[in-house]
Amino acid sequence: MTMNVAALENPVARRSIRPGRIIIWTLLFLGGVVMMTPILFMLSTSLKDASQVYDLRLIPEAPSLDNYVAVLSDGRFLRWFLNSLFVAVCVTVSNVFFDSLVGYTLAKFNFRGRYIVFIAILSTLMIPTEMLVIPWYLMASNFGWVDTYWGIMFPGMMTAFGTFLMKQFFETVPDEFLEAGRVDGLNEFTIWWRVAMPLVTPAISALAIFTFLGNWTAFFWPLIVTNSRDLYTLPVGLSSFAVEQAIQWEMIMTGASIATIPTLIVFLLLQRYIVRGVMLAGLKG
Amino acid sequence: MANIVLNSLVKKYGNTTAVHGIDLQVKDGEFVVLVGPSGCGKSTTLRMIAGLEDISGGTISIDGRVVNEAEPKDRNIAMVFQNYAIYPHMTVAQNIGFGLYTSKLPESEKKKRIEETAKILGLESLLGRRPSQLSGGQRQRVAIGRAMVRNPAAFLFDEPLSNLDAQLRTQMRLEIKRLHQRLGTTIVFVTHDQVEAMTMADRIVVMRDGRILQVGTPMELYDNPADIFTARFIGSPTMNLLPARLVDKAGHHAAELNGLGASVAVSAGGISGAQGAEVLLGVRPHDLVVSSQGNGIQGLSLSGTVSVVEPLGSETLVHLDVGGASVIASAPGKVIPKAGERVAVNASAGSLYLFDSKSERALCRM
Ligand SMILES: Nc1ncnc2c1ncn2[C@@H]1O[C@H](COP(=O)(O)OP(=O)(O)OP(=O)(O)O)[C@@H](O)[C@H]1O
Ligand SMILES: [Mg+2]
Repeated sequence: MTMNVAALENPVARRSIRPGRIIIWTLLFLGGVVMMTPILFMLSTSLKDASQVYDLRLIPEAPSLDNYVAVLSDGRFLRWFLNSLFVAVCVTVSNVFFDSLVGYTLAKFNFRGRYIVFIAILSTLMIPTEMLVIPWYLMASNFGWVDTYWGIMFPGMMTAFGTFLMKQFFETVPDEFLEAGRVDGLNEFTIWWRVAMPLVTPAISALAIFTFLGNWTAFFWPLIVTNSRDLYTLPVGLSSFAVEQAIQWEMIMTGASIATIPTLIVFLLLQRYIVRGVMLAGLKG
Repeated sequence: MANIVLNSLVKKYGNTTAVHGIDLQVKDGEFVVLVGPSGCGKSTTLRMIAGLEDISGGTISIDGRVVNEAEPKDRNIAMVFQNYAIYPHMTVAQNIGFGLYTSKLPESEKKKRIEETAKILGLESLLGRRPSQLSGGQRQRVAIGRAMVRNPAAFLFDEPLSNLDAQLRTQMRLEIKRLHQRLGTTIVFVTHDQVEAMTMADRIVVMRDGRILQVGTPMELYDNPADIFTARFIGSPTMNLLPARLVDKAGHHAAELNGLGASVAVSAGGISGAQGAEVLLGVRPHDLVVSSQGNGIQGLSLSGTVSVVEPLGSETLVHLDVGGASVIASAPGKVIPKAGERVAVNASAGSLYLFDSKSERALCRM
């Protein structure tokens, strides 16, 4: 929009901008195609029957929703779906709460050892998940957490990345907001919850989206820590379609298509909060 | 309602001392303005009173109770910040009401108070708006509202007007003063603007480098500045200071202006006969008046070349070059000398000040 207005007002700029814009649009278009193709194939395959799966046409010959009916009427799928939802929601809520709490403390309070704590938290980012899985498993089996919901969730209840992200955002919150709260008689917890948290909603939304998506699609750890099929999360459950008999691609794709729905909902709900600069309005004009 | 007493209050940040043991008594209901150049420790002092900053030494008492260790919330004071610090995620009503967050008043009473406050501040029609939809002056009013609604024992203001444009600042200055007259609450107000200090204060506290130089009513500071700093800081345009030397003239003390050939009799006995002592002769532009003939009375007479003229309507400021020194004088509004013109200026003896050049302290008012 802005571009158009500028172009109308300034015919010279309009002529010189054109070639650049064509290149940009082309690149964006190609990028879009590359990203969308697998998703389109997923959707397309979910509408085919088993005999057509290896027919690589994008538009199925006789599209039908039979697969969806089959998947949704399979009690296991619903169970896995709910398992995933439960795990992802719990972990997300926990991350939003604890990562912010720790990030806020690191950003806004001066205490002895603050820097060391921060470095310690950051350094855990350098350790790849693959290396942590064995200690996690030992821990889980010692405490009797194997094959429980808590066992799936506990490694992710707080993350170094989330803490770091929130710390960075809280550092941009001017101290005056917090001091105003202190003078008004609020305790530190209320200041954090009622004053600081609303000022970093963009960061919270981003953190919530990342955490939810990460846990919704998590495969490796849930696969290891669960034994009973009733506790499978959706990705683990879907992959079991593959190993059971012959690989049922159309079923996997149907499950995967359905699995994208919560992802889309979470993103659509939260993205409008990712607007920068909400905070500035309360300070000098 | 509260009096606030500071007793040898010290603030250290590591090795640097921001406040060097200041003493101050703010009476109940008084409007005290802390004024001084940037970095002199005004905000630090105010923040210690609020409890936002730890105290390194000395005591602060509010209403006779030492509050050194008390949390801000236990001091029953309210603070208004330079950047307003009103919450962008709340409406005007919620912001004002936030001052009552911890109060145990029933909801209906809270609502009544919010409405009353909004009415006093002229915010009634804006209660549903968010800060982003307000002008700077309105935002500052909301911040004041949030402080007022709690009915605190004292208000602390830290340069609340410095983000407003000149016209709005004048208006808000008046509003805050009116508010003080209406509520009668103790106010400690920080600014680096001497006009704000002069116009609003019951008493002004002049600070510099973490120390208090002088405390007094605006007129006391204007009439009897204790030192050169205060003399130059208070009053606009600033006082002229001319280098001079004390001499003995026929048994009388006199101050002889260096290199100008003029001298002024010093009648006061306030100065011990330090012959040859370096002094500064002070005269306010308003008291140094352009006139066509030398005045008969005792005082200061100079002549110089007009360099710049600033007509203000009510009076005209005349910038002069007097033997190489630049001096600001004034003329009646209708009199506008031309640049380059040679004029004589006179000040009556009673309007002259004498300062010691070394200690910068005032010696006497002549
Ligand atoms: N957190 C801090 N750490 C170290 N020094 C500080 C800190 N806060 C303030 N100071 C120092 O203390 C002195 C007084 O600062 P203060 O903020 O009180 O000045 P001020 O009079 O309010 O100035 P201004 O008019 O610029 O607001 C300054 O020299 C400043 O550098
Ligand atoms: Mg300050």
